[in-house]
Amino acid sequence: MEFGPLWLSIQLAIITTIVLIVLGAPLAWWLSQTQSRWQPVVQAIVAMPIVLPPTVLGFYLLVLLGPQGTFGGWWVQLTGDALTFSFLGLVIASCVYSLPFAVQPMQSAFEALSKKNLEAAWTLGASKLDAFFSVAAPLSVRGFLGAVVLSFAHTLGEFGVVLMVGGNIPGKTRVVSIAIYDHVETLNYGAANRLSLLLIGFAFVVLFGMFLVNRRRRSW
Amino acid sequence: MVTTIQLKHSVHKGAFHLDVDVSIPATGITGVFGESGSGKTTLLRCIAGLEESSSNDRRPVHKRRIGYVFQQPQLFAHLNVRKNIEYGLRRNPDRGVSFAGVVRLLELEGLLDRPATELSGGEAQRVSIARVLCQAPELILMDEPLAALDERRKDDVLPYLDRLHAQSSVPIIYVSHNIDEICRLSDHLLIMDNGRVVADGDLQSTLMLLDLPQLAGRNAGAVIEASLSRYDPEYDLTLFRFSGGELWVPGKFDSDAVRLRIAANDVSLTVVPTESSTILNILPAVIDATVPESGATQLLRLKLGEDFLIARITRRSSQKLQLQVGVKVYAQIKSVTVRL
Repeated sequence: MEFGPLWLSIQLAIITTIVLIVLGAPLAWWLSQTQSRWQPVVQAIVAMPIVLPPTVLGFYLLVLLGPQGTFGGWWVQLTGDALTFSFLGLVIASCVYSLPFAVQPMQSAFEALSKKNLEAAWTLGASKLDAFFSVAAPLSVRGFLGAVVLSFAHTLGEFGVVLMVGGNIPGKTRVVSIAIYDHVETLNYGAANRLSLLLIGFAFVVLFGMFLVNRRRRSW
Repeated sequence: MVTTIQLKHSVHKGAFHLDVDVSIPATGITGVFGESGSGKTTLLRCIAGLEESSSNDRRPVHKRRIGYVFQQPQLFAHLNVRKNIEYGLRRNPDRGVSFAGVVRLLELEGLLDRPATELSGGEAQRVSIARVLCQAPELILMDEPLAALDERRKDDVLPYLDRLHAQSSVPIIYVSHNIDEICRLSDHLLIMDNGRVVADGDLQSTLMLLDLPQLAGRNAGAVIEASLSRYDPEYDLTLFRFSGGELWVPGKFDSDAVRLRIAANDVSLTVVPTESSTILNILPAVIDATVPESGATQLLRLKLGEDFLIARITRRSSQKLQLQVGVKVYAQIKSVTVRL
């Protein structure tokens, strides 16, 4: 039984989720609070990965991250390694691809906060950053939880973008969805079936666990 | 020692202009009274720094040491009562505020471990006041803190505001559109209209400005400072003394100094003294000013010793009894509200 691809997928999903929460929270906060006329523009850009086929995203990421691309070229100069067909490249691609799934739950939670509640925190001596961590974030736990579940699940299940940017290098970019596709291509249905069942079981356990935590929170 | 607080704010929001430049006493409660939309809340928000204004104070909100009690208590739902009260204390330590003292003042001992979401409206507002006191503010702003409570619940909070008034040295600016609250709590009064302060002064004399529409109608009335004289247990009446005479009030009161509110609608006049009346309080007075109202009535300002009353009478009665400035009359007072 090959656990390698599944383990790689899990690593990718965990790292992507962490990056998306850390980077997505400030973005979601800005989107929820700003009066700027650029807000709808940024909002639309963030939502793009939902509508675009993964191949379109994957294609442009490939161009951008590739050694000839702006970002990829600069990265090669800096580190000597290419971003495409590497695990780091996969992380970047996954973050772009799953961004809306992290930002939107957090943004909705932030939008539901009462402005006056935050103002109360400021007048009590909390700086804006302090008020975010001591009032806004704890009151938005469900939003964070939603963001974690969706980015994790979405990254675990992605295929198209990974195929375009990461290819199929065992131990580096051969995530579980690619491995399954590979087995099917080579008519190895048994292996495809085992991996698929493993993924189904794992996804169910993770989601069930998350929703159980969420349900407990509600009854606190 | 700062004895006055300078309020100078100007804001333009669409068609609304706020333009305020007054100084208020740095002690006691300053009531801000006016219709909704007159700019009361905007003024408070400017003082707190929540609203951009032309003021010289450029400090961010959290560095201003100004407490803000909102209409809704704005407790933090994820914290219990104790942690809510401690929120301001933790961020402003070493200011010599006693958590226990504040909790005692607002009688919150039994609620400390309750979730903030499981409080009645009155309890929640008391917690929000305690939270503000614990931050050791130099000034407290209260924006209609009782407006969201029904009449019965108001009485859960008002006594604590009286207590705060009596025991705390922190100046308070109290915004309300309810004249009874204003008369009960404030020492100084600002009246706002359309973004401007149209009158300001101590409570008693400002209430006498009969030509202000804000103080017309149901809001017309006087406030008198009186001292306790004696209690008559036989009839359950308490006698209070003020510069214009003595007033009987139903019930027993323990406080030596009280504030009596007498609404214009509760004062009628006779020209000759009458013994055969059911009204307890009939006091000699001199008509000091008359102001016509729209419709059948007019307002009369009466001088009794150093104090004033306002009476609302019909123009017809006024004509019949020839009530003009300088005429001696007897004021019949039907009802008195006492604030301890």
